Formats: sequence, C-alpha cells, structure tokens
Amino acid sequence: MQSLNELGKYSSLLYQALRSSTEFSTYRKNLLQELVKVGYDSVPIIVLTGIFTGSVMTLQSAYQLESAFIPLSTIGSIVSESILIELAAVISSLVLAGKVGARVATELGTMRVSEQIDALESMGFNSVSFLVVPRVLAGILMFPVLYIVATIFGIGGGLSAGYFSGTVPPADFLQGARMYFYPWNVVFGFVKMFVFGFIITSVSCYKGYFATGGAEGVGKSTTDATVLSCILILLADFILAAALL
Amino acid sequence: MIEIRNLTKSFGDLLVWEDVSFNIAENETVAVIGRSGCGKSVLLKHINALLRPDKGNIVIDGKDLFTLDYVDQRKLRQKFGILFQGSALFDSINTFENVAFPLRYFTDRSESEIRDRVMHCLEYVNLENAADKETSELSGGMRKRVGLARAIVLEPKYIMYDEPTSGLDPQTADEINGLIMTMAQGLDITSIVITHDMHSVLKVSDKVAFLDQQKLSWFGTVEEMRKTDHPGLLDFVTASEYQLKA
Repeated sequence: MQSLNELGKYSSLLYQALRSSTEFSTYRKNLLQELVKVGYDSVPIIVLTGIFTGSVMTLQSAYQLESAFIPLSTIGSIVSESILIELAAVISSLVLAGKVGARVATELGTMRVSEQIDALESMGFNSVSFLVVPRVLAGILMFPVLYIVATIFGIGGGLSAGYFSGTVPPADFLQGARMYFYPWNVVFGFVKMFVFGFIITSVSCYKGYFATGGAEGVGKSTTDATVLSCILILLADFILAAALL
Repeated sequence: MIEIRNLTKSFGDLLVWEDVSFNIAENETVAVIGRSGCGKSVLLKHINALLRPDKGNIVIDGKDLFTLDYVDQRKLRQKFGILFQGSALFDSINTFENVAFPLRYFTDRSESEIRDRVMHCLEYVNLENAADKETSELSGGMRKRVGLARAIVLEPKYIMYDEPTSGLDPQTADEINGLIMTMAQGLDITSIVITHDMHSVLKVSDKVAFLDQQKLSWFGTVEEMRKTDHPGLLDFVTASEYQLKA
C-alpha cells in the first residue's frame, strides 16, 4: 500500500513537471546552472571511472585469456564492446547516482524542510517548474554526453593499461576494437544513459521534494534517493537489454 | 477581504481543527493565537493555498480560493507576502538577491529600478547596509527583517507573519513588532499574525482569533479580549504572564 502511494505521488510529480515544462522562462536560468552542475562538474569523476574501468578490464581479460591460441586483438574487442554496451553507462550511472542524485535530493530536501519551497509557492512560483523540470532535463540531456566521455576514457584507459603493462600492444587492441564494432551498440549506450539520467534525477527530485522532518529527514531522503536510483538503474539495465538486444 | 468559512482539516486520523470561520477586513491586523501544535501555521498555509482543507472554503476579494485553477491561485498568491517562521531565505543567493528575487521573475523592471526598489525595502527594515551579505552571515533578527523586505517588495495587499518574534530577544522582537505596525499603517496592508507572543498580540493586532480544542474557540477585538471571561483564553493569556484586566 505504501509503495503504491509512493508510486502515485511520483507519477503525479512527473505529470506536473511535464505540464509545467512549457514555462521555459521560469526555469531557463536554473536549467543552465543544472547543465553545468550535472554535466561539466561530473566530468572529473567520469574520467576517473572510465580510465580505471577500462584499465582493469584490460588487465583482467589479459589474465583470463592468456593462451597462445587466442589472438591479443580479442582483448581489445572484449574491452571496447563491454565498455560501449555496458560499463560506460552502468558504472558511470551508479557513480552519478551518488554524485548527482545525492546533491539533488539534499538540495530539494533542505529547501523543503526550511520552507524555501513554500516560500516559492507563496510568491506565485510553480515550484515544480522552477526546481524539478530543470534538474530532470539536465539529467536527460547531459548523461548521454557523459557517456561519450566515459567511453573515450574507458577505451583509452584499456588501451593504455595494455600498453604500459606489456600485455596488449596498442595496434592489436585497436584492431580488435574495430573488428567487432557495431554502431547499434553506441545507440544502445545512449538510450541507456538517457533512461538512467531520467531515473536518477526524477527519483532524487521526488525524494527531496517530499522530504519531511529536519536534518534527519533530509539525510533519509538522500539515502533513499541514492539507493532507489541504484536499484532502478540495475532493473532498467536488465529490461533494456532484454528489449533491445 | 478574507472570509474563512467552515474550514476543517485533518492529517490522517489527526483532526487539526473543524468548522473554523471568521473574516479579516481590509487594513485590519488579526492575530491568530493558540498553544503550540493547535494548527496556527496550518491555517496560514490554507489562506495561501499551500494546503487544502477537508471541508469549507476561503474567499479572498470575492474569489473562492479552492475552486480556482492552479494558474489563478498563483496570481492570487501574488497579492500576499509571507514572513515564514524560519524566514525561508534562499541560501544560495545573498541578501540583495533574496529581496530582488520576486522582482526579477514577476516584473519587467530594469536593473536600476530593481536596485532602487530593493534598497528602498531594505531601508524600510533598517538593513540597507546588509545588502551584500550572504544569508549565512545574518543574525536571527536580521533574517526576519530580510524576510519582511522580501515579503513587501511586490507591494502586496496582504502580509502573513508566521511567529514573527519567536526565537528573538525582547528588544529585537519589539523592533519586529514596530515594523509590523509601521507596515500595516504606512503601507495600508491587511495583516495576519500567527503567534503565541501576547506582547506582540497586544501591540500589533486589532482582532484576535483563539484556536483551542480543535476549533476557533474565541474571536473578537483586542478590547473585547481584555474584558473576556472565556476560561480557555484567560488560561492562555495568564500563562503568558499578561493580566488582561489589570
């Protein structure tokens, strides 16, 4: 019953956000700020995540496929395809659930418990348009861009790890990467990031917007937002793989 | 004019109050008093449509608040300024921008006109020197005064004060009471003051609404309150160390 109630409130918030998304003049300034916070400010952590994911993938693949009968280019194929299809999107999104999701839930939760959202409404603002719409739009728009960053640095990290560890020469790595490259895998990665961006920002907005209590309530909404976002990312990942591959 | 008609509100099984009715006339200051938890702030949030009642309605300037669509409710809200209990200043922007905030979104004023209006409002609350301060640098009394400046910046017809003197020292509380009176008289504003501070009630209000035992237990002028024999109201006032008939 509680879950149904939550689902109803979440759906209602999304409906209000959709309806008020036409009030562009209300959230234009906030949207620009959110694009920077969600996108630009997340680049360092995404670069790190990409480099280490690619590096570890290369070293572990080289360790597992150490055989005279398996060409080294296979490692390049496995690493680049895994990053394109799965790792760049899912690992990055789980990290962003912590970075972006927690920030959004904390900001809105603090605004709720300190009556700042009531103050906005009392002035005549549509608080959903002002606070929720720009954050969700920024998630939808910037997550695919972050996917590109994660993919470039993931494959680059894998290639570098192969070269510096002496396990896979760059030429073999790139040959393998090119051999099994399918453009659809990139489209699939973009679709995933679009969905994950929506999940993280909308769930975090919902948890923050309806936070109750004081500091403890804000803490709970932040934790709930992060945990729920992670669970929904994994679930959505499975559904998308089953539906689109 | 604000007409509150037969208002009833519950949260789940908890009844806040039922059948609350009273009117607030133009340029009048009405204090809503009662014990902590009696639903004073809940009533304030109904008057601004931040909460909806289970039954009853509120008519503001002839318009039934809860039958209006959301867009018209928002237009009606712009007739109000609210000073929230914790001031509700936006902590991501400084004092000047907090006061300028409604002007930037709801008016077409130029930057110099906005600056003039904001500085005028800050002067009104004696904070013209704090315009560039971050809100985290402000004391409790200063935050209330910035909240007041923001509440009046759009020249509202009504102002609602939620516990305007709570948490303040007596001298600062008296300054805030003075500002409430100045605004009511100088700006022709109708005021609703939610408080349990009897000093504030006696100083600023024309009428008093006493919420007790989940209903509007008493409503009348301050002069009538001084002569009342209502046991609940007398208990409340006596507990506040004020003797009405003294």
